[in-house]
Amino acid sequence: MPVAELRGVTKRYGPVEALRGIDLSIAPGELLALLGPNGAGKTTAVRILLGLAAPTSGEATIFGYHPASRQAKLRRGALLQVGRVPETLKVREHIELFSSYYEKPLPIAETIAAAGLAGIENRLFGALSGGQKQRVLFALAICGNPDLLFLDEPTVGLDVESRRALWARIRGFVARGGSVLLTTHYLDEADALAHRVAVIDRGRIAAEGTPAEIKAQTGTSVLEDAFLAIMKENGNALEEVLQ
Amino acid sequence: MNRAYWMESKTELLKMARLKQYSISTVAFPLMFYCFFALAMGPYSQGGISMSRYLLATYGAFGVMGATLYAFGAGVAVERGLGWLEVKRASPMPPAAYFVAKGVVSLTFGALVVTLLFALGAIFGGVRMPAGQWLLMWGALVAGAIPFGAIGLAIGSFAGPNSAAGVVNMIYLPMAFCGGLWMPIEILPKALQHLAPWLPSYHFGQIALAILHVPVHGSVLGHVEALVGFGLIFAGVAWIGQSRDREKAYG
Repeated sequence: MPVAELRGVTKRYGPVEALRGIDLSIAPGELLALLGPNGAGKTTAVRILLGLAAPTSGEATIFGYHPASRQAKLRRGALLQVGRVPETLKVREHIELFSSYYEKPLPIAETIAAAGLAGIENRLFGALSGGQKQRVLFALAICGNPDLLFLDEPTVGLDVESRRALWARIRGFVARGGSVLLTTHYLDEADALAHRVAVIDRGRIAAEGTPAEIKAQTGTSVLEDAFLAIMKENGNALEEVLQ
Repeated sequence: MNRAYWMESKTELLKMARLKQYSISTVAFPLMFYCFFALAMGPYSQGGISMSRYLLATYGAFGVMGATLYAFGAGVAVERGLGWLEVKRASPMPPAAYFVAKGVVSLTFGALVVTLLFALGAIFGGVRMPAGQWLLMWGALVAGAIPFGAIGLAIGSFAGPNSAAGVVNMIYLPMAFCGGLWMPIEILPKALQHLAPWLPSYHFGQIALAILHVPVHGSVLGHVEALVGFGLIFAGVAWIGQSRDREKAYG
């Protein structure tokens, strides 16, 4: 059974069709990267799988459960893009709070170690650097010992060192058998981390396969070139793709 | 489950206590105003009651209103508008825990303001009354956080994250003044006195004053009913706002 699945999912916001019939599934232990230009429907797909939005038609499940159900929530964690995180709480307090939501959370010390937060666990969130803040959000996503992680643009705005450090954390999670749905604008990130890539464009899946397959399909050697080739083939204006 | 409620409340309390714009202003302003208008004006009296006694009731009401309206109004608006509430909704947090925690913060800070005001009144204002009366007024003032929590949640469910604090100020301060919480309602212009019964702040103040045996307008039961009514109306408005958010999600 797939750990997460979208079957024939459409989503309409008024006159806008954000998703026009998407089938997507994540296998146990798999890291699936969802790629696509801005407004392609990546975030909508993630929101539906998190139970934060309902599909207009079609079905979404997490471990066979409704995405907004408690059973689904207990087995997944999510790192989302957020405008502001409460700044007057210490790293450890944030982690202790989110751990209390779960029935079988990781020990706090283990979460702190797995997210690379040792030594700064007693700092206020507001006093952290950008990379440290993202690692705290990563800690909140993994503290419940989930089987499935949602990472929505986890490394946006980070310097190279912090990005690589977070990659190592993500690989660590997958190495322990976890599944991941990653959305990213950084194609080298998808290339480095993903077992499988799905390219979404204007609400439809435009291409799907391992990074190697996608590159072979388009006769390119870098995922970024493959992505541009798919977008071009799909009739997108290049300017739109590059922004 | 119960542990999540406990942790949510404890963490929210820590978070707000460290947030100086909340903790300092909600506690300091009512105390400061009480010093200016009650203690400094000691010799004046209203209806045979010293200002320090009369305004103890109304600034207590003012303090509880502030602690509650900011915790719910500004707190929910910011977390809803800037994505944090969504992170929590995606997590297995029991949905009610979020609102219970805001209520715990309101009650705690409300109780703190009222207790400090009572100490000021007793020590520097020469206010004396039987222990039962002190307790009754303390309880009535702190309980006032409940209807104002509903009003705050209604504001927080509609206001934008950047404007919420301003919106709360624009509602809170005029409502306190026109409801007779800054100075006795009898001193206010007649037009405002006629407006006052439409404000929840007025009814809250009148209940606290009745406990001091100050002659009040209307019956205490009538004021309690009015507050319950305001609480229910705004709980309804808040419900509409919250389900609008959910519909955006599930709709």
